[in-house]
Amino acid sequence: MDLYEHEARGLFEERGIPVSRAEVTDSPQEARVMARRLGGSVVVKAQVKTGGRGKAGGVRLAADPAEAERTARRILGMDIKGHKVGKVMLAQPVDIESEFYVAYVLDRAAGSFLAIASAAGGMDIEEVAAVRPEAVARIPIDPAEGVTSAKAGEIAEAAGLPPGTVDVLVRLWEVLVGQDAVLVEVNPLVRTRQGHILALDGKVTLDDNARFRQPRRGTGSMACDDPLEAAAAAKGLNYVKLDGSVGIIGNGAGLVMSTLDVVAGCGARPANFLDIGGGASAQVMADGLTVILSDPAVKSVFVNVFGGITACDAVADGIVRALDEVRLTKPLVVRLDGNNAARGRALLDERAHPLVQQATTMDGAARRAAELANAG
Amino acid sequence: MAIFLTKESRVLVQGMTGGEGMKHTRRMLAAGTNVVGGVNPRKAGQRVDFDDRAVPVFGTVADGIQATGADVTVVFVPPPFAGAAVVEAVDAGIALAVVITEGIPVHDSVAFTSYAKKKGTRIVGPNCPGLITPGQSNAGIIPADITRSGRVGLVSKSGTLTYQLMYELRDIGFSTCVGIGGDPVVGTTHIDCLAAFQDDPDTELIVLIGEIGGDAEERAAAYIREHVTKPVVGYIAGFTAPEGRTMGHAGAIVSGSAGTAQAKKAALEAVGVKVGNTPTETARLVLALLDTVRQAPHA
Repeated sequence: MDLYEHEARGLFEERGIPVSRAEVTDSPQEARVMARRLGGSVVVKAQVKTGGRGKAGGVRLAADPAEAERTARRILGMDIKGHKVGKVMLAQPVDIESEFYVAYVLDRAAGSFLAIASAAGGMDIEEVAAVRPEAVARIPIDPAEGVTSAKAGEIAEAAGLPPGTVDVLVRLWEVLVGQDAVLVEVNPLVRTRQGHILALDGKVTLDDNARFRQPRRGTGSMACDDPLEAAAAAKGLNYVKLDGSVGIIGNGAGLVMSTLDVVAGCGARPANFLDIGGGASAQVMADGLTVILSDPAVKSVFVNVFGGITACDAVADGIVRALDEVRLTKPLVVRLDGNNAARGRALLDERAHPLVQQATTMDGAARRAAELANAG
Repeated sequence: MAIFLTKESRVLVQGMTGGEGMKHTRRMLAAGTNVVGGVNPRKAGQRVDFDDRAVPVFGTVADGIQATGADVTVVFVPPPFAGAAVVEAVDAGIALAVVITEGIPVHDSVAFTSYAKKKGTRIVGPNCPGLITPGQSNAGIIPADITRSGRVGLVSKSGTLTYQLMYELRDIGFSTCVGIGGDPVVGTTHIDCLAAFQDDPDTELIVLIGEIGGDAEERAAAYIREHVTKPVVGYIAGFTAPEGRTMGHAGAIVSGSAGTAQAKKAALEAVGVKVGNTPTETARLVLALLDTVRQAPHA
């Protein structure tokens, strides 16, 4: 889960990383009051979980509280790369002497964390790395050792950062470990003309798997933007909304991803990703169908199940019982294969629902579901 | 032969007495796996009956190894305790730890995979279906009755796609199928499996299944170019996945331009790997390639 800038800033501040003074609001009137509190002139920053908001006009300097209010009004509600701005952060302007980049990222290939640091901060680090790879230091971190002062010194030296950044590097590692984050990034980390080191902007991505031991998690930023995703999340379903017309239900993340691809290969677009997992009980099937059928873009539904551990007759039974609970409004194409597939298919044949049809292969079923969606 | 797991493997199950542990231990035994014990500190000294077999429960992995000579452990321990369970197994000197548990925090996976590397334990997983050498042994949750022993090796991030391909190729059979897991950090990679299959005289052809996220498939392609002479057939899932969204598996996410299915397919094809557009087409490519290999003059 990605955090908003102001949430990341809060975690940095808690851990003793110096940040500029700032406040957050969703109201232009309040922005004016806050600007006054912060000394008059402020930087108004859109809070969105995407890069490039500066270029999109989501970061502006306001000279006084009245301008802060006008600017906040203009930025709030703005659409930045599909992300609607719900809040702005007002920050005291900083007199910048130099800008740096520091981050800890998960290096999947190495199976450990990597420090990335550069004296060329303030820009897109991937661009810097592409144009001047020598300007970006990459130092692997031994998970058993972590980032000690000595290690932080090594990172700072490799990247050409001033000694004042060493303490920030140690504390940033503490944020990563303490919060179970998979990414912490400060860009830019700046030195002011007064010689202070400040984290001006930050990005933190938390590990969803660690929620059980991070009790403070799960507030505002967890809310889904999409109402269908919110409804699915409330039912505990693993659902992602897409923009097509074939609703998809399958078991296992890999098979569902593959199902989306096969449907796309048949000339239709999938409406969603929904993995109902190994169990596939009648309740989960009913919940899944309910969410998918409430999507007005859906013209047909494709249930693709390979019975591995779960037997297909149990899955078919789940579908049959779900049909009693949910009013089917769109054609449903079912493909059952694997364990007890024949018995499962027979159960569905017995139910003989007019909108339910079966196909014996994944490719054949995808073709049928695509045809139905394109005809509907 | 096969890789990592044979009928000689002596298997412990950590978390055997829990619901999933019981269910899958029964299935593993039915598949012929030599399950020599369970581990649960609170039930040490007890025996658990599975049909015709009473399996002893040990208090620690070390006790289990000492009493039975176990060299493999299958871990069903829930996420909050899984990390410590794996470290315990590594400290006890187990050769192979198969971590089925889904939902382990990445910091824990980083810690135990790197620790295991230092200590010489192979980890498969976490968040994986395990591995099966059909007809010999099954360590994990892969259904053993889909297919039989044969000469195709399979490595995959995804459980259900593994089952799907095993089913499509059920008449051909497999040497070993390894589900390496869908988490961002896993103990055994595609490359580890490619290397082992290349050296395994029982494996004639390798199926490599990948999905969006990271660059494991691209790295596997580079490895194939340098080190693999056996034919490899690939399949990649996630062409239609939108950027920035996690598709079920914690590691299945396209970040910016990195981790796309297109890039992975292109990387594999560039080194001569045939990549199917659907699981069924992938199976057909395997069959066609096997025919060619088997009709080669020296055969």
